[in-house]
Amino acid sequence: MAKTALQFRHNGRDVAVFVEGGVNLLATLRDLVGDMTPKFGCGQGGCGACTVLIDGDAHLACLTLAETVEGRSVETLDGLKDGPNLHPLQRAFMEHFAAQCGYCTPGMLMAAKALLDHNPQPSREEVVNAIAGNICRCTGYEPIINAVLAAASGGRARA
Amino acid sequence: MLELRKDIFADERDDNLNEIGKGTQRQDMLGHVTGTSTYFNDHKLQGMLHLKVLRSSHAHARIRRIDTGEAERSPGVRRIIRGADVPRNLNTLLSLINFGKDDEPTLAVDKVRYKGEPVVAVVADSDREAFEALAKIRVDYEPLGAVFDVEEALKAGAPVVNETYPKNTFTYYEIYDHQKLRFGDVERGFASADHVLEQRYQMSPIEHAPTETNGSIAAPDTNGRYVVYTSTQALFFSLDTCAKILDVPSNTFHFIGGTVGGGFGGKVDTLTEPLAILGAMLTGRPVRYIFGREEEMQYGPPRGAERIYLKDGVRRDGRIVARKVRAYFDSGAYTRLSSYAVVKCAAHLPGPYTIPNVYGDIYCVFTNRTPATAMRGFGVTAMDFAIECQMDKLAHLVGMDPMEFRILNAYRDGDMKAHRREAKNTALIECVQVAAEKAKWSLREEFKRMSSRKDGGGERAAVPVTATDPLKPARPAAQQRTPYDRPPRPAAAPEPPRPTPPAGSPTPAPQPAAHGAIRFSSVFGSRRR
Repeated sequence: MAKTALQFRHNGRDVAVFVEGGVNLLATLRDLVGDMTPKFGCGQGGCGACTVLIDGDAHLACLTLAETVEGRSVETLDGLKDGPNLHPLQRAFMEHFAAQCGYCTPGMLMAAKALLDHNPQPSREEVVNAIAGNICRCTGYEPIINAVLAAASGGRARA
Repeated sequence: MLELRKDIFADERDDNLNEIGKGTQRQDMLGHVTGTSTYFNDHKLQGMLHLKVLRSSHAHARIRRIDTGEAERSPGVRRIIRGADVPRNLNTLLSLINFGKDDEPTLAVDKVRYKGEPVVAVVADSDREAFEALAKIRVDYEPLGAVFDVEEALKAGAPVVNETYPKNTFTYYEIYDHQKLRFGDVERGFASADHVLEQRYQMSPIEHAPTETNGSIAAPDTNGRYVVYTSTQALFFSLDTCAKILDVPSNTFHFIGGTVGGGFGGKVDTLTEPLAILGAMLTGRPVRYIFGREEEMQYGPPRGAERIYLKDGVRRDGRIVARKVRAYFDSGAYTRLSSYAVVKCAAHLPGPYTIPNVYGDIYCVFTNRTPATAMRGFGVTAMDFAIECQMDKLAHLVGMDPMEFRILNAYRDGDMKAHRREAKNTALIECVQVAAEKAKWSLREEFKRMSSRKDGGGERAAVPVTATDPLKPARPAAQQRTPYDRPPRPAAAPEPPRPTPPAGSPTPAPQPAAHGAIRFSSVFGSRRR
């Protein structure tokens, strides 16, 4: 099958890959770029485990055609740390026991980052809305909400 | 009595484990928040192939013919796998502890017994090519009558779901079609009761729905071994199950797992590893077999359905004097772990209460539904739901506060439980007291003063006179033994009653396993007394 050249920024670095028509961003990131932080949970936009930021907004990588990110900026959990230093959201998740099996965590963190980047001091309700598309089957929502609020009140959400 | 050998490694051990009340970080937390925790599907192997299975479109059908000709010629297809390619195409999970008969194929051969049962596997260069090849496989089915209800399945003339168990019930101790619990005389109890309440409860199957679907990646390793990355919750159990199904020594495999994206009981059935490994054996390449979301939700094993009938006799003063239970566990088309759930349920009756007369009949029933498996407290969960609903109704019937009614009937230290073990370290009374306090639910003073450590034992420690049931006829000849079965044993336990073995019939010696998996001692054979 004919392949198309695709260039985009991945966590601040330029990447170029060849993709088949119809391939989604999740498969592109995992299989071609080698970034395993976005997870496959459903492939149909139901679970949020593949949440990434495209030009700063939260998107579901499994429902995003790879070719639509041409020339755009894609952020994943792999780029959240600043060198060896954890992002305030990552520290807050650790301190508030906001992960159990860890599988929803990459999507949760990216959904939370999109929120705090736009709204550094969200209300509890706004946090709940921001992660409403992310399913945690270990049912650890309360610690996750508390962690996002703690990261926000830490005042350094915009790292 | 449990003995702690504290003398061993005494100089290396710190017994000052003052951890309660202090926060302790999970060892995997940093990996989780940085996305570096490695799940099975995060391994990218050179030349990896993709395995998908064709699933039955019928709940119950005979397979007349499978035509894979067109699929074999489909682009990207490396290998088609059929039932005949599986070295030991019949297994039951608990055969590793000699419990139950092999009743489930890895790939269906003659019959399909539930909608979604795997029939043919395709190994191809990509997921897409595997799916395209699946669509080209032609299976000629002869639909058979199906049964989806546990009580319908037990009626005469019901379709036989699984020929290994022709009565549609799991067989215990070679002859029994259900688990019995007999303690005292429930009929006399009902006669002495002021109220008798009989109710029916049921629970639908419940899917675990883990965010990470079931799956595994198998790859040829050096020295003829295979490395297997898997989502399993039961790493060594899965390893030995694969050794049995693929008929190789268990040291053929190096299983790597432990980082699981949610399991809750839905990842103990060794669903993907045997075919992934077989695919790797047949192609010499790494092979990935991962469930899609629809497969996980529709064909992944759920917590099984249960139907429960409870009949209780209660006196005007609030004491329950008899509890009779009839329950049906829907195992689906194969045993998996429901046989064990039934044993656990029988041991749990009549719930955490001291009731002088208890009667239980618990059935593990086969139907044409998706095979059921483990899930958080399985065997006890639905029964406790039924019992606690019943407790509320009984309290209402005698005009008692439901919390006080539970405290009054709660078991206490020293009481005899229906399965003839003395109750120890009981705490139901204290649990109810704390729950009442937290809910600002007022209890009368005498109920606040009651304790699990007081007023138990004595008369309540006695095993009542219990009539035993007449023996049912022996198992049908159609139920074949497998090398994994326990050999028949002469009657040893007084209950349930067993016939005296005819003189001169020696017990056959245990047969060595014909494969490489380790034989475990029989938990179920040694625990009874």
